[in-house]
Formats: sequence, structure tokens, C-alpha cells
Amino acid sequence: MEQSKFIYQRKDLPKQVELTGYALVLLGFLLGAVSYFAEPVRASMNYLIMFIYLLSIGLGSIFLVAIEYLTGADWSVQFRRISEFFASVFVILVLLVLPLLFNMNNIFNWMNKQFVETDSILKGKTSYLNSTFFIIRVAFCFCIWGLFYFLLQKNSTRQDETKEQLLTTKNIKLSAGFIPLFAITLTIAAVDWLMSLDAHWYSTIFGVYFFAGSVVASLAAVTFTAIKLKEKGYLHPAFTNEQLYSLGTLLFVFINFWAYIAFSQYMLIWYADLPEETIWFMHRWQYGWSYVSLFLILTHFVVPYAVLLSQPSKMDPKRLKFITLWILGAHLVDVFWIVMPNTTGPVISWMDFIFPFAIIGVLIVVFSYKVKRNNLIPIGDPKLQKSIKISL
Amino acid sequence: MNEPKLHSLAALFNTPDEIIHAAEKVSGTGYEKFDVHTPYPLHGMDKAMKLKPSKLGYITLAFGLSGAACALLLMYWTMSVDYPLIISGKPFFALPAFIPITFELTVLLATLSTIIAMLTFFFKFPDNANPLHDTAYMKAVSSDKYGICIYADDKMFNLTETKELLSSLHAFSVSEIYFPAEEKYPVLQPKFLIFLVIIALVTSSATYLTLNKALYVVPFDWMMKQAKLIPQSQSDTFADKYGMRKPVEGTVARNFVPYEYKDQLQQPEKPLENPLLPTKEALELGKKKFLTFCSPCHGNYAEGDSRLNGQFPNPPTLHSNKVRNWKDGNIYHVITNGQNIMPSYASQVTREERWAIIHYIRVLQKAKNASEAEVLLSKKESSSNGTK
Repeated sequence: MEQSKFIYQRKDLPKQVELTGYALVLLGFLLGAVSYFAEPVRASMNYLIMFIYLLSIGLGSIFLVAIEYLTGADWSVQFRRISEFFASVFVILVLLVLPLLFNMNNIFNWMNKQFVETDSILKGKTSYLNSTFFIIRVAFCFCIWGLFYFLLQKNSTRQDETKEQLLTTKNIKLSAGFIPLFAITLTIAAVDWLMSLDAHWYSTIFGVYFFAGSVVASLAAVTFTAIKLKEKGYLHPAFTNEQLYSLGTLLFVFINFWAYIAFSQYMLIWYADLPEETIWFMHRWQYGWSYVSLFLILTHFVVPYAVLLSQPSKMDPKRLKFITLWILGAHLVDVFWIVMPNTTGPVISWMDFIFPFAIIGVLIVVFSYKVKRNNLIPIGDPKLQKSIKISL
Repeated sequence: MNEPKLHSLAALFNTPDEIIHAAEKVSGTGYEKFDVHTPYPLHGMDKAMKLKPSKLGYITLAFGLSGAACALLLMYWTMSVDYPLIISGKPFFALPAFIPITFELTVLLATLSTIIAMLTFFFKFPDNANPLHDTAYMKAVSSDKYGICIYADDKMFNLTETKELLSSLHAFSVSEIYFPAEEKYPVLQPKFLIFLVIIALVTSSATYLTLNKALYVVPFDWMMKQAKLIPQSQSDTFADKYGMRKPVEGTVARNFVPYEYKDQLQQPEKPLENPLLPTKEALELGKKKFLTFCSPCHGNYAEGDSRLNGQFPNPPTLHSNKVRNWKDGNIYHVITNGQNIMPSYASQVTREERWAIIHYIRVLQKAKNASEAEVLLSKKESSSNGTK
């Protein structure tokens, strides 16, 4: 009964949060530009890692929003805005993709026409792997993501004032249309940006692998932000730790899903033992990369699995805060592990530590920008009351 | 008949809010042995009842881990230690291939142990009856009412006080539940067990008869049952019932030269001449065959000193004057027909090989009985030619 009396007061994030964000962006991009002149290929690859990381956060977040509407979930309504805000990273990504498109020669070996002439496999793939079609696909994907992000968040924001049920219904229909397109565009993105780095290699499960990693990272981001915001009093006062349980469980599930997909991909290739397939894993096992591979299993599966296994740890804010940050780091290792072995350089270089600053910076900037203009809780959503009352 | 024993007090409520409130009050008063029955799970009930987290998870964890360990150890022992097999070029301890089985066994043991632990520790198997069954209370809580029942063996239980507490919580009905005079559903009664056995027998025999007899269809055996002669088995085609026929009398196999003194015990008057020239190839063939077929008894140097020496009538040395003076045809006769305890080697050693063996025996004889002059000569030859 007290809950209905609660009137949401919009509060801006502290000034220093936004400033930290801008500082990190500035630092990351300045040092990144310096590194480009030092070693263009390595820097381009690192830029690609940053781009993929932000893209996966955006994709995972918009997936979480759409899946909430589709399943009619109540519990996640009070966290939905956080996902929506993270999904707005697409707006920045439209800008961030441009340097990549002008720098494709440094990233993709199939861009090199003379090299393709000598390689009969790449020659056979030119009808798909050529710069024109690539850019068309990128534009198509961004149009789909941008369009649905824009429509979903517009309806959601309008509902804060009108409190119309109709807007939820609209978003449910939009989500139903979006999910199949999401599956297609995400797979295209994974194949284009990541799989084509080693253009000889192919894996039919690769899109799903990228999807699993994206959802894990986005869930971790949402959970971490929700706990932080709750600690500072930005969320509903009736928010209890028990309401984190569903987030913790989903996180645990998707950690397992990621491991399952990653292992499926590995085992089938390992068992068939065909040279054109195993080469990808050989690149991740030779010249010191084996340590990164083992480190990835440890960070992205073993530790989160062990930490999140018990029920109390799925709702303990302290442990969740630790493990979500851990998982966000592990996701960076994952993307690094996919991208970097395609270069001939050393396993680790000083510039690999620059772009993560930019990642954190961009996420903070995007989030605080949205917090200034939007409510942190969808106060007009008819399901909000139900969401807040949920307890174990 | 004895006074019926009190099992519990059961109270019914109309709304979920009331029952949560009631559970909070009952647990707050200090009752520990009580239970809540609702038609569907209610959020917040665990907290209201002050339930501790279930211990079941630890059993699941322990058995899950032992499942993983069992699977890995079993596969390690069978595949890598006891009977290592190379399977598609993978290492003996092929961890990626073992992971799915490890996973399956982990899940299997975890679930089975959870169910069995639940049945034994929490449901107290084989106890399968509860006084609450078949009561108006149970009927109500399994349709649209919410019930709380406080067990009589709780430390704080007192019939009047507990009744008052429940009525003060606005229960619309409070009833006393008694233990039945005798156990209603005894699982281990002989009648029931015999009934179970009979059902098992009837079901399994009915299944067997239906699937294996009534519905049995002969599988495709067209290739197995053909109208043809099968070697070494009976046949109706011929009068003597033999599937295999003997060759016509006097038939000779290709390239086979019959030995004219076959089955003749004493040495022939006119021994055959050796048709083979003592070439290097012939001597090498002879050496090979001699070492294979002859040396086991006669010894590597034909001295009759094999390890059979002393166990049988000793195999004679081939360096005796008798054998040395024999013609090649005499030795051939012995190999072909056998002599005393020595059987015929005609089936193992071909005609040409027999003559080659004889050449080799001649070499051995020569080497064993060479004179001083001959040794010197051969040494001279070998030093000048380099080879013998």
C-alpha cells in the first residue's frame, strides 16, 4: 500500500560520473590515435575489439528489452530502462563504425585484391566478401537495429506520461517482428566482423556463440548498474536483494549457455579434425595463445560458474557486483581471443590496454546522457507495480 | 479401541494475504512444526514461515560431483589404462570426447540423488500415507482455499491455546486431525507385494508374447536362405548328402608333379636327380625353408641339437656318413614321405622348396666337414674376392 504512494523523482547522476566518462573517452581515443601511428594493424584490431564489445552490449541489451516484452515478464520491468539506456549505444556505434569502414585494408585480408587473386578459396568467396556488399550489409544491420531501438524506446518513454496499455501492446508486436530480424542481423554481424577475419574458416555455430557472449555481457552490465543505482538510491525504495535473484539466475544460465555453445563448437571441430576447420583453434593454441585460451575458459566459465552456483550468491549484491565486473572483463578477453590471434604480432601489447578505457568511457557517457533526459524507472508501465512486489 | 491420537490442528483461510499473515504469526509465536498448504506457490511464503534454506542442495552437489568424478575415472581407467584403443587418432585420454558423458553422469546422479533423498529424508519412504489425506481440509486447499496446519508434536502445541491462536487469525474453520486407528496404506503388506509381483509378471509376459510371438515378423533373410550348396554342410542335392564333392579319380592339380615313390617305405633303388641348380636364390630359399621347417628338430646347423633333444627319440644329425653319402633323391624321399617319427612334409613344403632345402643341407655338410686345405682355400678366395 505504501508502494502506490511512491512518486518517482528524477535525479541526475553525480557530475563526476559523466566527467569520468568523458575523460576516459578522451584518454582512450587520444592514446588510440597515437597507437595507430605506431602500429596501424594492431591499433585497428584493437579498435575492432572495442567496436565489437560495444556492439555486443547494445545487441544484448536490446535483446533483453525485446524478450521482456515478448514473454510478458513482470519481474524485469523495473530494470528495463537500464537495458534501454545501454541499447542507445547504437547511436554512437553509427559514428564509431566509420573509422573501421575506412580502415578495412588493415583488418581484413580479403580486402587485398592481389592476395585474393592468388588464393582460390577467397576467390570463390568474393561474391559475398567484397567491400561494397560488406558496407551494404553493415548499413542494413544498423538500419534494423536503429529502427527498432528508436521505436521501442519511443513507445516506452511515451508511456511514462500517458500510462497507456496500448503502447505495451505495440512494443510486444514490434518485439515479435524484431527477434527474427535480430537473429539474422546478429549472425551477419558476427560473420562479417569476426569470422571473416580468418576468411578461410567457417563455423555454423559462430553466430550463436557471439549471441551468447553478448547476452552474458549485457546481463552483467544491467545487474551491475542496477546494484550501483540501488545503492545510491536511484531506484524504487521497495527494491530488495531478492529481486536481484532473477538477474543472477539469468546470468548463471547464460554463463552455462555460453560454455555449452563454445564447447560444442570446439568439440565438433576437434572430433572431425579437418585441417580447414582446426586451423582457427590452432591459431589460438600456438605461439603463446594457449595461455589466453585457457585463461578464457577460467574467466568466462569456471570462476563465474563457481561463484554463481549457490542460491544466496545470486542475490547478494556484494558478490554480484564482483562477478558482474569479472564477467564484463571476461567478455573483453573473449572478444580479444576471437580477434587478436588473426594478427602476427605478440600475444599482448601495450596498446591492448588503451581501448578498454574508451569502452568504459563510452558506456558511461551514453548512460549518463540518457539518465539526464529519461526516467530510470518506466513509471508509466502497467506492470511496474507487479515487478516491484515480487519476492521469493 | 484406543483413544485416537491427535495429529494436528488445521485451519483454513480465504485469501493469500491472510495465509501469509497467519504463517508470520504462527512462526513468530515460536511454532516450528507446522505446514502451509496452498493451491499454488505463494511469493514470500518461505520468509513468512521462517524456513531455512533446504539442505537438499548439498546432497545434489555431492552426488553431482561424484558423478563427474566417476565418469572421468571410469573413462580414464578403461580408455587410457586398462584397454587403450586408438580411436580416430585421438589421444587415449581424450578429454573433449569425455565431457558430454561426464556431463550426463553428473546430471543423472544429481537428479537421482535429489529424488531419492527427497523421498527418504523428507517424505520418509516407505511411509506413504498422511492423516491429512482424505480430509475436508485437504480438499479445500487443493481447490481454492489456503490452509495452515500445526502438528501436535510441536513443543509449544497446546490444543486450546493453539486453537485460540488460529481463530484469532480469522480462520473460517479450524479442525482437529487424528491419526487413523490403523495404518491405511501399508506399502509393505504381503498382499500388496504379491499383487505387485503378479502385475509385473502379467505385464512382462503379455509384452513378451505380443511383441515376440504374436506380432513377430520374420526379418529380411533372403540373402541368408538361398538355394545353394554351402561348404562343409549337408546337402540334399546329392545322394550321399555331401555338399562338397571329391575330385574325379586321377585328377592332378595344376603345376603338381606326382612323386613316383610316394608311400613307399624303403629308399628307392633309382633316386631322383636334383632338378635345381645350386644358385644363390636356390640356396637362400633353401636356408629360409630349412630354418622354418627343419631346424626345430634337426637344429640350426643340422646337428640334431635342437631343444627337442632328449625329449623324443633324438633327431639324428645330418652330418653322419650315411646322409652325406646319400644321393639328393634319398633326402627328397625322406622329406616327402617321412621316416620313423618324422612326418611327411609334402603338404607344407613344395617340390621346388624341398630340392632347395637339400642344396642348403649340402652346404651345411660341406661347411662342417671341410678339410684344412679347403678352409684355407675358401679364406683365400674370400680375401681376394671380398665375398664368399
